[in-house]
Parts: sequence; structure tokens; C-alpha cells
Amino acid sequence: MQVPAPFEYERATSVDQAIGLLERLGSSARLVAGGHSLLPMMKLRLATFDYLIDINPLHAELGYIRVGAGEVRIGALTRHRELLESDELAAAFPIFRDAERVIADPVVRNRGTLGGSLCQADPSEDLSAVCTTLDASCVIRGPGGAERVVSMGEFHVGPYETAVGDGEMLTEVRLPVRPGGGSAYVKVERRAGDWAVVSAGAAVWLAPDGTIADARVGLAAVGPNTTGIPEISAALRGREPAEKLYEQAGAIAARSCDPATDQRGSADYKRHLADELTRRTLRTAVARARS
Amino acid sequence: MTAVQEPRTSTFDDNDQKPVGFGRMLRKEDPRLLRGRGRFTDDVQLPGMLHLAILRSPFAHARVVSVDTSAAEAAPGIRAVVTGAKLAELGLAWMPTLSNDVQAVLATDKVRFQGQEVAFVVADDRYSARDALELIDVEYEVLDPVIDVRQALAPGAPLIRDDLDGKTDNHCFDWETGDADATAAVFARADVVVQQDIVYPRVHPAPMETCGAVADFDAVEGKLKLWSTTQAPHAHRTLYAIVAGLPEHKIQVIAPDIGGGFGNKVPIYPGYVCAIVGSIVTGKPVKWMEDRSENLISTGFARDYIMRGEIAATRDGKILAIRTNVLADHGAFNGTAAPVKYPAGFFGVFTGSYDLEAAYCSMTAVYTNKAPGGVAYACSFRITEAVYLVERIVDCLAAELEMDPAELRLKNFIQPDQFPYETKTGWVYDSGNYEPTMRQAMDIAGYAQLRAEQAEKRSRGELMGIGISFFTEAVGAGPRKNMDILGLGMADGCELRVHPTGKAVVRLSVKTQGQGHETTFAQIVAEEIGIPPADIEVVHGDTDQTPFGLGTYGSRSTPVSGAAAALVARKVRDKAQIIASAMLEVTVADLEWVKGSFQVKGDPGKSVTIQQIAMRAHGAGDLPEGIEGGLEAQICYNPSNLTYPHGAYICVVDIDPGTAQVKVRRFIAVDDCGTRINPMIIEGQVHGGLTDGVGMALMEMIAFDEDGNCLGASLMDYLIPTALEVPDWETGYTVTPSPHHPIGAKGVGESATVGSPPAIVNAVVDALKPYGVRHADMPLTPSRVWDAMRGRATPPI
Repeated sequence: MQVPAPFEYERATSVDQAIGLLERLGSSARLVAGGHSLLPMMKLRLATFDYLIDINPLHAELGYIRVGAGEVRIGALTRHRELLESDELAAAFPIFRDAERVIADPVVRNRGTLGGSLCQADPSEDLSAVCTTLDASCVIRGPGGAERVVSMGEFHVGPYETAVGDGEMLTEVRLPVRPGGGSAYVKVERRAGDWAVVSAGAAVWLAPDGTIADARVGLAAVGPNTTGIPEISAALRGREPAEKLYEQAGAIAARSCDPATDQRGSADYKRHLADELTRRTLRTAVARARS
Repeated sequence: MTAVQEPRTSTFDDNDQKPVGFGRMLRKEDPRLLRGRGRFTDDVQLPGMLHLAILRSPFAHARVVSVDTSAAEAAPGIRAVVTGAKLAELGLAWMPTLSNDVQAVLATDKVRFQGQEVAFVVADDRYSARDALELIDVEYEVLDPVIDVRQALAPGAPLIRDDLDGKTDNHCFDWETGDADATAAVFARADVVVQQDIVYPRVHPAPMETCGAVADFDAVEGKLKLWSTTQAPHAHRTLYAIVAGLPEHKIQVIAPDIGGGFGNKVPIYPGYVCAIVGSIVTGKPVKWMEDRSENLISTGFARDYIMRGEIAATRDGKILAIRTNVLADHGAFNGTAAPVKYPAGFFGVFTGSYDLEAAYCSMTAVYTNKAPGGVAYACSFRITEAVYLVERIVDCLAAELEMDPAELRLKNFIQPDQFPYETKTGWVYDSGNYEPTMRQAMDIAGYAQLRAEQAEKRSRGELMGIGISFFTEAVGAGPRKNMDILGLGMADGCELRVHPTGKAVVRLSVKTQGQGHETTFAQIVAEEIGIPPADIEVVHGDTDQTPFGLGTYGSRSTPVSGAAAALVARKVRDKAQIIASAMLEVTVADLEWVKGSFQVKGDPGKSVTIQQIAMRAHGAGDLPEGIEGGLEAQICYNPSNLTYPHGAYICVVDIDPGTAQVKVRRFIAVDDCGTRINPMIIEGQVHGGLTDGVGMALMEMIAFDEDGNCLGASLMDYLIPTALEVPDWETGYTVTPSPHHPIGAKGVGESATVGSPPAIVNAVVDALKPYGVRHADMPLTPSRVWDAMRGRATPPI
């Protein structure tokens, strides 16, 4: 049994009460939702906190998927399993189901949450890549109910670091819905349930004439944070979808990313995967946008 | 959702027929284990029990300058804090390893690997014990470590074992086998010689249950009771007697249910000794259970062989000789669990299943600043490395000769009429009939069609590979004339007692860690004396309850203790026959045994059952002259030879050319383990071993950074395979009984772990043939396969 250092534990009764506790306790406190990253880190004593505030009781308030005409809103406590099983979400953004199928295992998916995944800010984390791909914005609530909305680019400020300050909490993720969209996600892993060696998400929006109105690619595990690559979007906009174009996008992905050699693979291999997976996901995303 | 697939054959049909003897039946231990009613070491709770936690070195190599325990001792709930210096006062700072080396229980002078034991704390609860570790202040003087095994003997390399008198380098031992000159002569005249460097990286057994112990020393009785995760309770008891100076009759070692061993639970670990000392010091029962990271970084690893293989052959594919040179990394202490005269275990069977003219191996083992061990990880004492070497180098030869690898193997097999066959390294294979096993595997696979499919796919740029391995194992250690562990002969005792009502208890010296002994041994006894397995209680694991024997590892339970169980049952049956002759008023010679009863020859109406005989043996009335009451016997079985199971494995892989990911599409395993006792248990063993093989071939490796930090300290970093990485196993079997084993059984526990890695690697290399790849080392992760595709295959260490 791996034993964490001593800590105090409190169950939250409301979002504002949890924020009040965070404000009072400062950086010595941490929210726990699914806990599948936080608790192992505490057990290995890579992280120690004096206080854990358990927000699982807030699932009724923060666990939801609301698909609107121009936007999908997902509560921060929505669990992986709910994201996996939502047909509405899969219809709007098939990339979510693609990703959820390869995230960890059923035990983790039953417990882990969207908000927890984003706040962990692991550079290899899949939902961060999905949200980057979909140009998500994050709703951060502070003391007194004050809310601010930041883009994914602003949300992740470094490995394991986010824009959420002491006394703040991520409450919702918003995803813009545009016509003609298709999306896809592919992950290369050494074994089912492992973190990504590299993974890639792609989203395209086709104009009525079949050209690419807009496109985005998000990569995980190839830099300090999941990476959106604006140069790819610029290269694809207004163009006819074609293999040559995907190759061009893949080449941009490979040269734009910044992977490191580790136990999961060499930097060269990861750069190759950035290319290969960008092409694969764009191909699938376009096919889905057309169907 | 995918529907659960029905088994291909209805293998469970006869489960409820409950055979009286050999055959499929559900495992007797499973109701307990599946309902969570097993009793493992960590389930042991004793009144007043305290908890122990171990402080481990963060450095691979450092001098221990000072250890300040005052803050820890003052912490709440702390009962004792013990350092190496304190153990030294008791003469317990060092203990012998299973290979006649010594290992520090707690470091006194230096730490020699990351994770080495430095001090321990005994506290009221596990949490207080762990928290107090943070309060122990150790001052280290960090030394340069020896991590690169190839540099261990370099001039000026840091000296690891300065505790050994006169030691000036990191040399552990040299070993050789075979005839160097004869082999050189054959190589000199061979048409074709192929050489290949082959690495079998360090892997870890990673049993689901980590190691641990509960020690309870009764100062009044002077008796130590030790529950521990041990595969060899009797051997451990004797070694504790020698190490701790406790009289052996005052030590009771109990191995309760064990959650997997795979060799990891053969050695005596410092933690067990710490628990014993903790109980003696505090006067209370003390529990120590290591956590997952502790298990992965400090307990017995396996493999870590850097091998150069050479094979000589004629142009038309007759293999003449094999030669190899091995550099073995034994870590900081030589903790290899192998018979004394076999420092490289049974690596000598690297000649494989082939009829050679000559063979030679030279080996150098060295110390490095890594965890000690070199245990059998489901490998029958290094046969995994040997089989990997020969089956990889034979494939390299096939590639060189542009010959089909199946054809090359068939052409060179030892033939049935050559058994018993003495190899050029002195091993006497007891029996074998290799070609039918190989042909069956090829038939199940549809080998010719697979090759046709491969050719067609290659023409489209798709990567498909077919890999073969054919192995001969050497298990059942061993004949006591030349096999012992620290002077303890590798023979096994067994006792059988039939109660008056005809139920029985059989007491084994071996101990299951999941292999199904409670079922298999009941079936062996049932086959011999006709009492149903359900009526036979199997007692094992408790040294106060069972006869002496060397334990369960190296696939030795069935070959050694299985023979003992059969023979002890025959002794009981012989006595039963004498009693039956009196009951039926005929001579012994007039009786014949019809399973479960003796009947008068030619008069089936006149018979007595074993149950009736049992009651008579215990009942009123006279017994025949010279026959004591009761119906029981005991035996100590000393095998005359090892047993040599064999098998043919074929693996089919597909590789994604874009991502280099390997998918094991099919795996065919045809095993010959001699007489089959419970086919369901055999298949379970094979399935598990094959899964292990996928792990080692594709993902498992204990790696270190240049400072000696272990990079595999959790199951997030040290990957073991899941159901999603393995195909639906396709198994078959042939039966070539062992001529010297009383029931002809050969053992199967490790066959699949031994045989599967080369089949998988051969398949991957075969798939990569269009890229000109002849060899790539494990683990074949996507990144390493991608490197191989680019002509940049590198060894993992």
C-alpha cells in the first residue's frame, strides 16, 4: 500500500462554498474530482497538500452536456464515461468519442472528469488536445460568483500549470458549433490505457462548395502543453481537401512540435507521428464532415 | 459493445464430471479465491500487531556518512527505529544470498543500488511508519555509479563491492560450458557462419501481490512464526535458522495464499529479516508489506543478458555448431536463485532442439549499481535467455540461407530415436518427438496459406510477419547428486494419510502461487488410489504441517513433488492391497487394481473399495501379519534427471507501416509437457505465459538513467500487457511422456514464457524483412520498431 502524507479532507456542498474554502486555504488546498492523477501523485509523495476539497458531491450541478445551436457546454465534473456515452456529443463532435475510447480504462473513465483532465495540464493528456482542437473556451469562477472565460491557449500556461488561480475553479467548457464540421482523434500508445506516445486531433469545417472553411489540429505529448498549430489552419483554409494538402499539414505539424525523447519514444519518432497522425485525423475529419 | 465470445471448443463440457484422476475439472481453490475469501499475507491480523516501513536509498551508489533517527524515534506511534549500525551490533547487517554471496539487510557502509534498504521503522500503524521515514536524516556521500554493464570491468570503474575482502573490480564470476576447441574447429570448416548480438533486457516478474511478511516472535516459547510471501517455505526456514541463529524447530514459516510469484518470491529479502528483527525488538507481531514501487525497484529482477550468438551451418542448412559469449548483469549483490553448481542456471541448454556437432558458451557476470537478483522469472533458471538466443540465431541463419525457418528447424531436429539425447553441453534430454509437435502448430496456423497471404500483402506494401519458435525446456530441478541450493538438495517430500472414512489428506513440500496445486495434486493422488479429488485435502505452505522440500519454481512442482505424490500414493496402495488380500481371503498376487478398488482376478464380484480398506486399516480386528494399523505413507523423491518439455509456437503479427505499432494477430502454441493431469490448468498456465511473452517482447523493460535511477518504478512506467494486447490463444498439444517420471509428466508452468518471446520477435523481424531488418532487440515498442525500419535498430541498453 502506497501511503500519502497526512492531509485534511472536506466534502464540498456547493461551488461557491468550495471556492470559499479554496480562497481561505490558498495553495495548500486542492480540489479533488476523479482523483486518478492527483491521488497517485500524492501516494508517491510527488505532491503533498494539506487539504483536499472533494467536489464529487457537486456532480448534479457541474456534470452536464448541453448541446445548443451554436455551442456545446460541458460541466467540469462531467465524467469520461458520460462523454463517451453521449450520442448528442458524438454527433456534434465525434472526436470526443474517438478520444474517450482510448483514454485509460473503464475504471478511470467511470471516475475521471473533463475539468480534472484539463486542470491536471499534463502535456500528454487527451481531452486537452481535444479541447485545443475544438477551440474550446474555459469558464473559471472566482470568489463572489465572478466568472471569466479564457481560451485553451490561455488556459494552459505550462506543463501542469493552468490559468486557474488560488480561490478559483474551472466550472465549464464551451465548444463553438459551426456548420459543415467533422472531427477525429488518433492516439499511438505502447499499450492500451497508457499515456499517449503522441496523439492528434483534427477538426475541419467545410464550406458549401466543399472547400475547407476552417481547420484545426491539436497534438498531445509533443511539447510543454497540448499544442494547437495555427500555421496548419492557415495552410488549409480555403483549400480543396486532398492527400497532398494533408501531407503539407503533416509536415507543418512535424516541424512545429517540440517533442522530447523518453521511455515512450524518441523525439524523431514522435515528430514522425505528429506528421502521420495529423494526416490520418484530417483525412477522417474531412470524410466525417462530408457524410 | 463486443459480445463475449464463446470458447472455440467446448472445453468446459466435462467440468462437472469430476474425474477420479486426470482430466478437466474446475480448480478446488477457486471458490475461495474468486469470492475474496483467500487469505494472503496482508490479510493476517494479529492482536497488538505493529507495522513496519523501510527507508530506501535514493541513490544508486553512495557512502552512508550518518543516519540520525532521533526525530523519527520521537514521532507519535513509533515503537522502534533500526539502522544498519544497530543490526551490525546483532550480527544481522548482512545475510547470505541464494548464490553464496552476501547482501546487506540494512546498509552499513554504502548503498549500492537505488531502493536499497537503509533503515526501518516499526509503528502502531502503516501510516505512522511511513510518515516517520521522512524524519530519518541520512547523510550520503554520493559516489559515481556503475550503470553501463559494458563498462563494469573497465579500468578505473568505481568499485562496488568493497565489502568483499581483496575485491578490486566488479567481476562477479566467469563460467563456461561445452568444448571451445571442438567448436572452433567446426566453425572453421563451416560453409556459413552467422553472428548476431542479442540483448535480453532486464524485466521484472511484477506479481500482483507484492512481497511481505508478518513476524511473530514468542519470547517465552522462543518460537518464531513467520507468514511470508515465499515460494520455498522450507528452504527459507532453514536459511533463517542459519542466518538468525534460531533453532530450526522453533521456526514456523507459513506461506498463505500467494498472489503470483514467477520467481520473485524465491529469494529471502531484507524486508523479511527486518520484520523478524522488528518482532524480536518490540516483542509484538510485526507486519511488513512492500508497496508497488518498492517491489519493482528492489526485488529480484530477471534476465539482463547481453549475448553474442554465432551459428555454423552447411550451405544446405545443416546446423553444425552454436557458440555464444554472454555478459551478465547481476546487480549489486549476486542474488541469483539457481543450483550452486549452475551459476548461470540452465543456460547450457542454448543448443536448443537441434542435433549439433559442437557447442560452447563463455560467460562473464559483473556487479553493477542496480537491484540484485537474477531470479527465475518464469524461466526455468535462465532457459528463457537460452531459448531466445538459439531461436533468434536460427532465424538469422534461415534469413542468411534464404530458407524457410520452419523447414530449417525441421531439418535439424533431434530425432525420436536419438533420445535419451546428450547435448554437447552435457544435458540429457529424457524424451522428445519434435516433428509432430511442429507439424501440428503449422497445421493449426495454416502455415502455407499464411506465407501466401504474406507474399500478397508484401506486394501491396503491408507488413505482416510470421514467427516461429521451437523450444526444449529443462525443468524439475533436480537430481540431488548435482543440484542443491546453498547445500540443500533439491528433493521433495510428500505425505499421504487416508482417514478411516476413506477421505485423505496429502501434505506437500511445494507451495502454489496460483498454479492450482490444490487441484492438480488431488488429481495425481486420485489417479493412483481412486479417491475422488474432492475427498482429498491438499495441505501446503506451512513448514509445521508439511514435509521438507525445496519449493515451487523452475516448473519443478509436477516433475518433482508430482512424482512424490504419485509414489506416496502407490505406497499407500501397496499397503491397501495387503489389507485387501486379508479382507478377501486371497493372496496379494490374486488381486488386481481397478481404479478405486481391489478385486479378485477373474471374479469381479469379489472386491473391496479403497474406502472399505481404509476403514479396515483403522478399524477393529486383526490386520495381516506385520502390517501396522492406519493407511498412510511418506516419501522423499529425488529425481533421477530433469524433465524436458518442448513446444512449437507460431506468431502472426501485423505492423502499421505509418506508426510502427505491432499487433499480435494470432498465436498458436502446441505444447508437449508429457502426461497431462488437468488440461484446463495447463491451458491456463500457457495462456498466462504467452501473455507474459507479449509483455516482454513488446513493452516490458526495467531501465535506468545514467545516474542509476530506476525508470520503471510504477506500473505506469513499467508496462505489463492487458487483455487488449493479446489475441485469442490457439493451443494444441502432443504427449511424449517422461520415461523416468512415475506418471510421465514433465511440467508446463514456464514453457509459454520461455517459448513465446522469440516467436514474437521473429514475427516482427520477419514483417520488417522488406526493410532489410535481420534483428531488433526487445522491447519492440513502436518507437524501437520505427528505428529498425529506418535501419537504426539499437540495443535497449
